[in-house]
Amino acid sequence: MISLREVSKVWPSGVCAVDRLSLEIDSGEIVVLLGSSGCGKTTTLKLINRLVEPSAGRILIEGRDVADQDPVGLRRRIGYVFQGIGLFPHRSVAANVGAIPSLLGWQATRIEARVDELLELVGLDPASYRNRRPHELSGGQQQRVGVARALAAEASILLMDEPFGALDPLTRDALQQELLAMRRRLGLTILLVTHDVSEALLLADRVAVLAAGRILQLGTPAELFASPATPEVARLLETSRRHADRLHAMAHPGESAS
Amino acid sequence: MSWLELQEPLAHLPDYLSSHFLLTVAALTVGATISLPLAALVIQVRRLAGPVLAVASVIQTIPGLALLALMVPLLGRIGVVPALLALILYSVLPILRNTVTGALEVDRDVIEAARGIGMTEGQILRQVRFPLASPVIVAGLRTAAVWTVGTATLSTPVGATSLGNYIFSGLQTQNMSAVLLGCVAAAALAISLDGLIRLAETAARRRDPRRALFVGAVLLTALGFAVRVQMGPARAGESSVVLGAKTFTEQYILSRLMSNRLEAAGQRVEVRDSLGSTVVFNALASGEIDAYVDYAGTIWANHMKRTNAPGRTRVLSELASWLDQTHGILLLGPLGFENAYALAMRADRADALGIRSLEDLAPRTPELEVGGDYEFFARPEWRAVRDRYGFRFARQRTFDSTLMYGAVVSGHVDVISAFSSDGRIEAFDLRVLSDPLGVFPPYDAVLLLSPEARKREALLEALRPLVDGIDDDAMRRANKMVDVDKRTIGQAAVALDDEIRSAADDDPT
Repeated sequence: MISLREVSKVWPSGVCAVDRLSLEIDSGEIVVLLGSSGCGKTTTLKLINRLVEPSAGRILIEGRDVADQDPVGLRRRIGYVFQGIGLFPHRSVAANVGAIPSLLGWQATRIEARVDELLELVGLDPASYRNRRPHELSGGQQQRVGVARALAAEASILLMDEPFGALDPLTRDALQQELLAMRRRLGLTILLVTHDVSEALLLADRVAVLAAGRILQLGTPAELFASPATPEVARLLETSRRHADRLHAMAHPGESAS
Repeated sequence: MSWLELQEPLAHLPDYLSSHFLLTVAALTVGATISLPLAALVIQVRRLAGPVLAVASVIQTIPGLALLALMVPLLGRIGVVPALLALILYSVLPILRNTVTGALEVDRDVIEAARGIGMTEGQILRQVRFPLASPVIVAGLRTAAVWTVGTATLSTPVGATSLGNYIFSGLQTQNMSAVLLGCVAAAALAISLDGLIRLAETAARRRDPRRALFVGAVLLTALGFAVRVQMGPARAGESSVVLGAKTFTEQYILSRLMSNRLEAAGQRVEVRDSLGSTVVFNALASGEIDAYVDYAGTIWANHMKRTNAPGRTRVLSELASWLDQTHGILLLGPLGFENAYALAMRADRADALGIRSLEDLAPRTPELEVGGDYEFFARPEWRAVRDRYGFRFARQRTFDSTLMYGAVVSGHVDVISAFSSDGRIEAFDLRVLSDPLGVFPPYDAVLLLSPEARKREALLEALRPLVDGIDDDAMRRANKMVDVDKRTIGQAAVALDDEIRSAADDDPT
């Protein structure tokens, strides 16, 4: 459904952020781009909704090249959520969520219904949150509103850039679980960027491990564990596995650690 | 400070204040209307930001008085239009700069989100950048309001009535109460406008209809009053006489005197005072004012560019035909006194140095300092006198004419440019140095009428008695009343008029 073909991005400074990267994402799939900072994962994400224009290569969504599409219209069909959230501080929660529908000229009653539907979807009670201002919300609540806003125009694709990066572990876990539930309900196609290995493994149908603008390995979490393609990938997974084992041992002191 | 000193100026307050208020509000409205779209353009096309802000800053560095004065030749007219244009230019920078800065400094995450969810650049500007920058934009508007109120006081010399009329005429006539009144009124206006804008901003931010209504009501009432005061006396079909006056005591007295006479003859009169010397002449030629008093030598040297001085009779007759032929201006006649540019020094100092004439002065100039008013050293007469007598003064200093007399009395300068009809010459015991080579042209006061006004018989009728009606002594006494005895312009004008009438009764020819 989303298809990146030999896509490159070279910044005017000469730095190559994305290097002949190819990736196919199926409808309804969650693909996680995993890598340390500077590996080109955020740039790859932004190429898809044309916040960044590629230097070479093509990007197709449902067979249509994004370069031929109006970027504004494209972005309205693709949800975009990032760590900074960026809610409009001067507008109520309802106005934030309804921003794009009202630009699309929807009727007020339709917008209202859509806002309530989305707030419920992200786990916020419409009656008590609709009229609040962003600064009255916690970080987790703000990111829920951010997700609701991104989906408002009935987007079926969601691009998420470290969406849970700034949240405390409990909130992060809750939101991750809700994301999985929401994705099943709405059949969303999700491309998520993170540097958190556990998050990647827990959320992804497939993980793409990136370094220096290229994909080191693409596969399901199980495939990655079973046969890491490079020593970097192996090291990345090893840390996560060790943590999991130690936590398991602590949680079940009776069992043998082997 | 006496009550009398304030009473006369206070009568002008509604006129000056309302004109000042309208000028300011109009300039701010147009300024904001220009600045906001310009800011929007600059934000969209970022590379324009540098040049546009630089141009606005350069305009801001032009001194207010100069900017206003430049508008007169640029637009070829005096009055509200050049004043308004200069004030608009002045108000643009603070609004533009704050709008651009505020809009560009909006949280980057908010802008990225707006773009990411599919807002166009225009929508981001209108729905995100401008609303979030509004406190900074309003701060710019408030700065502009305060600056514009202040700068508007400088529109007086280009012929637009403002609170500056108090300040300019007050400084010239040493009426400090009038100066203070002008300053206090301008400050009060600035504070009120600033408060009103702040209140409007609060109302908009809190979506408070009661506050908004209050601001609207205050503004509309003030505008209504101001427009009524400005339009009030103008009744349909009635034409008025506009008199001009330059920026010194004698001119204020003469314009008041003419105004009184014309009003007594049933005319409606407006006085544009404190006008610059060339501004007033050009305004007469273009018919923006109907009459004023100028001095033969001034036009001879400055407008006709003549450097010789062929004697009073020839100067006056050549002057009259030149004015008539080149500008259609009528020289109604000389008033009977002369206000010559001359050089003067303290009598005791002149005696000590043995100086009675400019010839005596010349060899002593390397050890003496000379002071002049704003115009003097730029005038052709000064260059002619300097070159003919061979002056080489040790130092040359420019003063406000009011302060210039103080400077020569206290010995800060030795020689000053003086007006021969000035009451302060006698009061401060100064000696006017004679001009044996006849370099200075005669400076007979002449009454001039615009091409339009010369056709109005009633006007000629009312002003004709002034021709040859005021001798040197009468004029000097009237000037002294104001400059030395601290009487008001109105009192001096009435006293001078009484003298003219009694002289006419004594001499019924």
